[in-house]
Amino acid sequence: MARAVTTQRKIINTAAAWAVGLAIFFPILWTILTSFKTEAQAIADPPLFLGFDWTLENYSVVMERSDYAKYLWNSIIIAGGSTLLGIIIAVPAAWSMAFVPSKRTKDILMWMLSTKMLPAVGVLYPIYLLFIKLGILDSKIGLVIVLMLINLPIIVWMLYTYFKEIPGEILEAARMDGATLKEEVIYILTPMAIPGIASTILLNVILAWNEAFWTLNLTAAKAAPLTAFIASYSSPEGLFYAKLSAASTMAIAPILILGWFSQKQLVSGLTFGAVK
Amino acid sequence: MATQHSRSAARLMMAPAVMLLLGWMLVPLIMTLYFSFKKYLPMRGGDLGWVGFENYARFVTSSAFWPSVYTTLVIVGGVLLITVVLGVFLAVLLNQPMWGQGVVRILVIAPFFVMPTVSALVWKNMFMDPNYGLLAHLWEFFGAQPVEWLSKASMTSIITIVSWQWLPFATLILLTAIQSLDSEQLEAAEMDGASAPKRFAYITLPHLGRAITVVILIQTIFLLSIFAEIFVTTGGAFGTKTLSYLIFQRVLESQNVGLGSAGGVYAIILANIVAIFLMRIVGKNLDA
Repeated sequence: MARAVTTQRKIINTAAAWAVGLAIFFPILWTILTSFKTEAQAIADPPLFLGFDWTLENYSVVMERSDYAKYLWNSIIIAGGSTLLGIIIAVPAAWSMAFVPSKRTKDILMWMLSTKMLPAVGVLYPIYLLFIKLGILDSKIGLVIVLMLINLPIIVWMLYTYFKEIPGEILEAARMDGATLKEEVIYILTPMAIPGIASTILLNVILAWNEAFWTLNLTAAKAAPLTAFIASYSSPEGLFYAKLSAASTMAIAPILILGWFSQKQLVSGLTFGAVK
Repeated sequence: MATQHSRSAARLMMAPAVMLLLGWMLVPLIMTLYFSFKKYLPMRGGDLGWVGFENYARFVTSSAFWPSVYTTLVIVGGVLLITVVLGVFLAVLLNQPMWGQGVVRILVIAPFFVMPTVSALVWKNMFMDPNYGLLAHLWEFFGAQPVEWLSKASMTSIITIVSWQWLPFATLILLTAIQSLDSEQLEAAEMDGASAPKRFAYITLPHLGRAITVVILIQTIFLLSIFAEIFVTTGGAFGTKTLSYLIFQRVLESQNVGLGSAGGVYAIILANIVAIFLMRIVGKNLDA
């Protein structure tokens, strides 16, 4: 009796949740579907859902015509470079804050977080001007630096949270057993820290890949990543739905896949540990 | 003695991160403050001297200022309302026993990973276009006149796009919070005869209070500076010019750096007011 009610409720829950889930996902699904249509089918009235001739033409056209590879490469360098640089700078900082905490550790962490709250538009011109003066406007290195700086507080914060979870007793036990400091770092700390570092890298690649203020304002033809490439489709002559969809699908697919692996880190990373 | 050594080593390890962030914070901030007291037009004469608080006064008295404040408040408020209400609903729904929970979660979270320029353009062209958009077809199907979304219902459109992007964030955080709710408490309430709405109102919702606050604060900070969604859809036209967008136009489009910088200082102050509340919550949770 009770079991029957549960099953019935479970069916209703499942139906409702799937309906809502598919509705939210629909714009992405529609973009992916449209990317396989011809331009004529993409604007067909009534709209075609599945009954169309699937084609890969849009993908090859986008690749050939628009230097897609260049934008993709810029995105990879900018997102990957800024994350790696951030990790290199943040690991020692987070490490020392987690294992040698002082009275000021908390204040430093909070202050780092506060730099993240600075609205980008408030410092747009100074950065723009500095970039011109330094000759790094529209360069990959310039964006690597800026994106590293805007994400550095999140990187430090996430790493600190992960390092903090490594129990100090393990280190003591190892020391009792006669492990040297070098052995301690190589055999105990590093293996325990790697999952945390990996999650941090994952989330920050996603954030840097999708960043669309600095990437739009500090790049032109040379260093523009995919965010700017897609934005160029907003001009009226770019109104080719199927090609826009193919370009969009390629721009979001890698991150969508990475993102699905990072659900858990997303919460602790973006709320700075305020929600666990 | 060993601690003294490790303390100075720790300071050395922290130095690069601290110095970089300090520079990143102070240098542009000081420059913005400096420009905000100057008449500075890079394309028309460059630095034309100190003007005191004139830029600050002109920025708030310009005809575009109050509309931009209104637009900002409506967009931020609208998106917060939609994402928090739907987020709570979705979190409760996704927390129920069901088949394929993991897959549904993935579907719901997906929009968060779509880059802002893509989501704005996909909505603009493939959904909101008055001729070829899916919504136009839907309206026609029901015999209604298709809506020119981005010009006639511009605010609704922007709020829809941004809410779609941020709903996953709210849902994910609220779902995480709801999962930490003690199920025994709910079961006990159910045994005592509390109805489902009552259990929600007196147990679930109060439990979510903190998470909701965090969602509101973090989203506010990000929403105050949304850019790409407006840049590629309306370009600030049709009453969608937010405070951030107005500053962007003053600085880069009309190259009135002094005026834009004064606006930037206002934006920084506004963001800091929100940030103080957020920091207090985060700080409380940090047992360093």
